[in-house]
Amino acid sequence: MTTPSTSPEAAGDAVRLTGISKTYGSFTAVHPLDLAVPAGSFFALLGASGCGKTTTLRMIAGLEDPSSGSVRLGGRDVTALPPYKRPVNTVFQNYALFPHLDIYENVAFGLRRRGIKSVKQQVGDMLDLVQLGPLARRRPHQLSGGQQQRVAVARALINKPQVLLLDEPLGALDLKLRRQMQLELKRIQTEVGITFVHVTHDQEEAMTMADTVAVMNAGRVEQMGAPADLYENPGSTFVANFLGTSNLIAAEVTGVHGDELHLVSAGQKLTLPAARCRADVATGDKVLAGVRPEKITLAHRDDEDAIPAGRNRVQGRIVDSSFIGVSTQYVIDSPVCPDLEVFVPNVERDGRLVPGAPVVLHWNPEHTFGLDAAQDIEAGIDTDDEPDAGGAAA
Amino acid sequence: MTAASAPAPVTEAPPDPVPVPAALKRAARRRRSVPYLLLLAGVVWLLVFFVAPMVYQASTSVQTGSLDTGFKVTWHFATYWDALTEYWPHFVRSLVYSGIATVLCLAIGYPLAYTIAFRAGRWRNVVLVLVIAPFFTSFLIRTLAWETILADQSPLVSFLNDIHVLDATTWLGLTEGHRVMATPLAVVCGLTYNFLPFMILPLYTSLERVDGRLHEASGDLYATPFTTFRKVTFPLSMPGVVAGTLLTFIPASGDYINAELLGSTNQKMIGNVIQSQFLRVLDYPTAAALSFILMAAILAIVTLYIRRAGTEELV
Repeated sequence: MTTPSTSPEAAGDAVRLTGISKTYGSFTAVHPLDLAVPAGSFFALLGASGCGKTTTLRMIAGLEDPSSGSVRLGGRDVTALPPYKRPVNTVFQNYALFPHLDIYENVAFGLRRRGIKSVKQQVGDMLDLVQLGPLARRRPHQLSGGQQQRVAVARALINKPQVLLLDEPLGALDLKLRRQMQLELKRIQTEVGITFVHVTHDQEEAMTMADTVAVMNAGRVEQMGAPADLYENPGSTFVANFLGTSNLIAAEVTGVHGDELHLVSAGQKLTLPAARCRADVATGDKVLAGVRPEKITLAHRDDEDAIPAGRNRVQGRIVDSSFIGVSTQYVIDSPVCPDLEVFVPNVERDGRLVPGAPVVLHWNPEHTFGLDAAQDIEAGIDTDDEPDAGGAAA
Repeated sequence: MTAASAPAPVTEAPPDPVPVPAALKRAARRRRSVPYLLLLAGVVWLLVFFVAPMVYQASTSVQTGSLDTGFKVTWHFATYWDALTEYWPHFVRSLVYSGIATVLCLAIGYPLAYTIAFRAGRWRNVVLVLVIAPFFTSFLIRTLAWETILADQSPLVSFLNDIHVLDATTWLGLTEGHRVMATPLAVVCGLTYNFLPFMILPLYTSLERVDGRLHEASGDLYATPFTTFRKVTFPLSMPGVVAGTLLTFIPASGDYINAELLGSTNQKMIGNVIQSQFLRVLDYPTAAALSFILMAAILAIVTLYIRRAGTEELV
């Protein structure tokens, strides 16, 4: 739940939050939270709307006063500083471009406020970086959403902040443009080497861009790590369900054999590597066995004998299948779980795999992860209430 | 009048090679005429109550004669020159008084409108009603109330005397001796008070539209709260400033009630002259000429002002 910290004064941290929290009356938006963002990294705060991620970002920017705790930027305590004295800049969700100024003056705003007179060279370079040079004399409302977004990035970046804060910067763009901007932002970050802290509710966006992702839920950081690590080794049902899709099977531990746990669920035997089990369990305990849908192979029951030994197997029946191009997504009704999901790449399609067909699901036991059974198995499934593709911007 | 934007969807009908049925054509023509029908009431109103009186007054201003012998159009343009040479001090005084009142209205109204727009929270509507509340009583009654407030023995004037403020204003030529009534200060106070809501309401409307997130963005980009006001909030409220100053300045420069009730003969504004020419002296041509000169002067000042303020650039 907390960040692995090496030393309290680690010089490599661009941002360090210590016990920071925010309460509005009786509502706690952010629970006391410790967070360290390494310098030069692309850090994502991921969570559903209302989980406290934006509030956390705003506390770094100084736009919200924390109820407790401290904010340090590059080792300097800035908790008491107003926003205009902090060496951070924000790309706002709605861009918040100044409508009465043209693009050039919008970008030059921060430099001018710091009393820099000759801004021409810098503004020109920055507009080139975001490929908007020819539009310098336009007004914000004359630009498309993607162009406005780039102006917002340029306006913040030109100040060479210690940390660039991005608050759902791609939320208002359509899916295709968003993909393009994800790559663009990543390119800019690599080019300028500034620490980016990115708030998003889109798990795909977070995984595409960030080096480190912190998954937030109800004002707390659930888990933090590299995207692949979070995806492969979720530490809670929330992370397992929120980041991609997981099949979670309620099972009982029947025995511990060396570094393997033997489980049984609805009469079906499963194996779970002890090292991948997050819960401290003994024989007779309950555990949640998880597996990602793309790790599962689907075989028709007639071919069951051809499945190699040593793999985890689950019996079931296809309820639904949907063809989405690169893969086909199946929903399987199984005694262990009524709606197991399986993604089968469309390499060789088996014509017998249609709704109603009896199937055997099998996967390498190494791909199974174990979670504490005391959690809500549905956590993180329905929290993503914002539409995945489309204008969710307020 | 708002229907002016309605014809847009109709006009972009593309040239269609396929013959259009006559019924459809008729329907399209009918639809195209709807905006003009909607404009009709407004146009008639303007013709009857604005254009016709203007033409009538214009003709009056070049007539000569007297009430007994009757007035005739003699194209006597000298009336304008005579009116201007005789009453130019009143013109200047009117423009100065209403100019000062406008500046005072802006100085008082802007902080108030700003507070209502950004700080009032759930009290916003209550405060707005309080701003408009004086309109529930008549202009005349409100000005008469100021007579009481500024009367020689009133608590306010005594207080101002006690703290020697009136010595300072007398030195500036705004008051005379130890009194406020029948001085320029009284007239300017009356004008400021009476036209303040005309300043606050447009200011509020344009400030209220300023996105609060722009303040955050500005603060995030190293602007202090004061710089944020100077560089973001104020420029964005310019449409309100222009509208407010015009709505204050124009009626204030033609006003005669404040000068009549709160001033002496030394504070007569051009409105008082026009009023007495029309209603007491019965010199209609001079009164009409004065009205046109005032209108031309205001038009010139407003044109210059809007050019300078450059509101057409603002969204």
